[in-house]
Amino acid sequence: MTAPNLDPRVPNGPLADAWDNHRFSIKLVNPANKRRFKVIVIGSGLAGASAAATLAELGYRVDVFTFHDSPRRAHSIAAQGGINAAKNYRNDGDSIDRLFYDTIKGGDFRSREANVYRLAQLSLNIIDQATAQGVPFAREYGGLLDNRSFGGAQVSRTFYSRGQTGQQLLLGAYQAMARQVGLGTVKLWVRTEFMDVVMKEGRAVGVVVRDLLTGEIRSHSAHAVVLATGGYSNVYYLSTNAMTCNVTAIWRAHRRGAAFANPCYTQIHPTCIPAAEEFQSKLTLMSESLRNDGRVWVPESPDDNRAPDQIPDQDRDYYLERIYPSFGNLVPRDVASRASKRMVDAGQGVGPRKNGVYLDFRDAIGRLGQQAISARYDNLMQMYNRITDEDPYRVPMRIYPAPHYTMGGLWVDYNLMTTIPGLFSLGEGNFSDHGANRLGASALMQGLADGYFVLPSTIGDYLADFLNEDPVPESDEAFTRTESELQDRISRLLSMKGNRTVDDFHRRLGRVVWDHCGMSRSRQGLDQALSDLPDLYEEFRASARVPGDGESVNQTLEKAARLEDFFELAMAMCVDARQREESCGGHFREEHQTAQGEAVRDDENFATVSAWFWTGDPSRPELQEENLEFENVKLSTRSYK
Amino acid sequence: MNITLRVWRQAGPSDQGRFETYRVSDISAEMSFLEMLDVLNERLTLEDVEPIAFDSDCREGICGTCGVMINGRAHGPQAATATCQLHMRSFSDGDTITVEPWRAAAFEIIRDLMVDRAAFDRIIEAGGFITVATGAAPEANLTPVPKDTSETAFDAAACIGCGACVAVCPNSAAQLFTAAKISHLNLLPQGSAERYSRTERMVDTMEQFFGSCTNHGECEAACPKEISIDFIAMMNRDYVKAKIQKRRGG
Repeated sequence: MTAPNLDPRVPNGPLADAWDNHRFSIKLVNPANKRRFKVIVIGSGLAGASAAATLAELGYRVDVFTFHDSPRRAHSIAAQGGINAAKNYRNDGDSIDRLFYDTIKGGDFRSREANVYRLAQLSLNIIDQATAQGVPFAREYGGLLDNRSFGGAQVSRTFYSRGQTGQQLLLGAYQAMARQVGLGTVKLWVRTEFMDVVMKEGRAVGVVVRDLLTGEIRSHSAHAVVLATGGYSNVYYLSTNAMTCNVTAIWRAHRRGAAFANPCYTQIHPTCIPAAEEFQSKLTLMSESLRNDGRVWVPESPDDNRAPDQIPDQDRDYYLERIYPSFGNLVPRDVASRASKRMVDAGQGVGPRKNGVYLDFRDAIGRLGQQAISARYDNLMQMYNRITDEDPYRVPMRIYPAPHYTMGGLWVDYNLMTTIPGLFSLGEGNFSDHGANRLGASALMQGLADGYFVLPSTIGDYLADFLNEDPVPESDEAFTRTESELQDRISRLLSMKGNRTVDDFHRRLGRVVWDHCGMSRSRQGLDQALSDLPDLYEEFRASARVPGDGESVNQTLEKAARLEDFFELAMAMCVDARQREESCGGHFREEHQTAQGEAVRDDENFATVSAWFWTGDPSRPELQEENLEFENVKLSTRSYK
Repeated sequence: MNITLRVWRQAGPSDQGRFETYRVSDISAEMSFLEMLDVLNERLTLEDVEPIAFDSDCREGICGTCGVMINGRAHGPQAATATCQLHMRSFSDGDTITVEPWRAAAFEIIRDLMVDRAAFDRIIEAGGFITVATGAAPEANLTPVPKDTSETAFDAAACIGCGACVAVCPNSAAQLFTAAKISHLNLLPQGSAERYSRTERMVDTMEQFFGSCTNHGECEAACPKEISIDFIAMMNRDYVKAKIQKRRGG
């Protein structure tokens, strides 16, 4: 199969005018004609709900599908820390240019300039929109909006709602969408899982879904399909993602021809609660905002078994402050995570399993009082206490990195369209904007920029060509063929009656990916993983057990189907990580580091996006590269020292 | 730890349902309650017994997907804690634990511990929003909101929509859920234009699905986010005002 060319459709001209010029130059659909178009949105998180609400406000007919029981359950709800915007309310030197630069640099110069600049511009509109919707952002005593600092930035530009910013922003988008459901312009399908995209003449013309209560397989036709289905950190089994987060939608789109970009760019978040026991089902994040007031340290000596409050300062290693004096505890996530890993690997880990480092609030409490710290973080402190049974006001938190976010995803052009015409991808599910590492408080920003502002403007450029065309009827052979392929797949999964559980295989897959394609990667390890994964995948198909039938609720069947896609993705991640002979952002290749253990990028050969196309063999995808042009920023080695 | 579980099993909405007893042994106290159910389900799968169906997702108490009655208490024994955040250290070795789904006329049982809470979405669709089309918003700092007001609105907005309030109410009323959203939006200047119409539409929709409130206060005690029943008083006040306003022609 010959892959189509990757045309990023980045507008020409000065960066600051690019988005305006682009919007002026692309095709529009006039207001009266919009109702003639039907758009399917998969996923109801920040990106999906905001896109669905906005498309419906514009007049499009929208169908939204979620596998949750309510759109409000989407995992965006769990985002804690905040959302960046270049409002410069603090008068501390912030600007669109600075947010743009911080995001490009934070991403280790592996993202598209024009996309990131647009994101920084739209950050202002997002705060206005959310505030008007009633999102209760933190406020100063004068009633105006408050800000806090976040990793990777030297200005205070993060807006927040206690430690529940994602919840409040998601509810804002959900409510805007609910208004459209009430008006009849959005049709909502809950407990309905996207299973495949339907292709006709090279375009996306609809979807095949499965009703999770009855098992019924159904087709839905539309003029365009929008995937807003989040990231794939659950490939590691243990991650901070919700239990049902999965790669299926974007992976199935990939198998139908959508390029998958940079699958190896995964973010391991530095501040999560370390695993406590073997059957742990997920890891819990403690917001990065805690690093504003918490100091990270380990005992100088690996043999120091004293309680943390008994260890005097001279026997503590505040290693982030020591190694990175200018950013200290606020270095970007990838840098902080690797530093913690080095400490734990050196035997300096703390806690019963020696698998964490301390995040200590003693000094901040001493300086500001417990009340001030409690006002900032009490819900996080309580969450920590519930999980560990320890009081973080008195005993330092124990933290360790955990998979949290995936920068890789479907390749999209400046219009957020994938390499499949008519198929768009938003939010964490696409690859754009964050390069090789995402800065804190940028995920909410990107999801909402894509959904509220970018897609609603760009989708018209595609739709305008189909003004007099009805959607392909669901009786078309394209739909019936896709349905029957799915039916066969479900039957095959249901016939798996082996002697090991699906979760057991997921844990084993997770271990392979974590060991070889986690915080640190090497050619040898990746070769090993690529030799182990096909065998494990085969063993899964031969000896996993899927109980029950396909005509009623069957949660094991759902998991098994998603796990198959994770297996194939894992291979693509390893292939991508092996091909990228450099260290950048979250991708750290042991062969490419300085004597001090810092990442070494190779801009000569790898200032590129790796876009992979499906060939039928998950461990042999076909590579095409998009060259990243940097005309406005100078490529430099990131230094947070 | 060794635990005996009495779990409600029900194949579908029309099935009568019954309790089944399972023994779970060698459970770590560090395990969460739902991880204990995961372990049991893996075992049942290999024993050729259908695993217990239950909803859960974020497992950090924020998505509101999980929720079961544990020994007759919504979300179990620990205050201000959703089911997914409950750990086995809250129980003792040798305990018998009874696990049931939310029981309310408006929440049909789908299977085992899963229920249908779609009525909550219908209430939000009736008015649980501020009408502001994307792009129409003014500059955020044009409207100062007193910090206290904003904090109180947040306390209401913290609702996770889990349904515990309905499950523990003797009348299966949804006043706390509805009042939380109404209060969040009515307290803010941005929400004031639609204050009375919102209240009326949401309350009237609520009453199509749920029972009536008789001030038991069980909902507040069960709420994992500790949402106060003061918000119900605020909602009732605005509802009466809305009705009177309407009778007097606006």
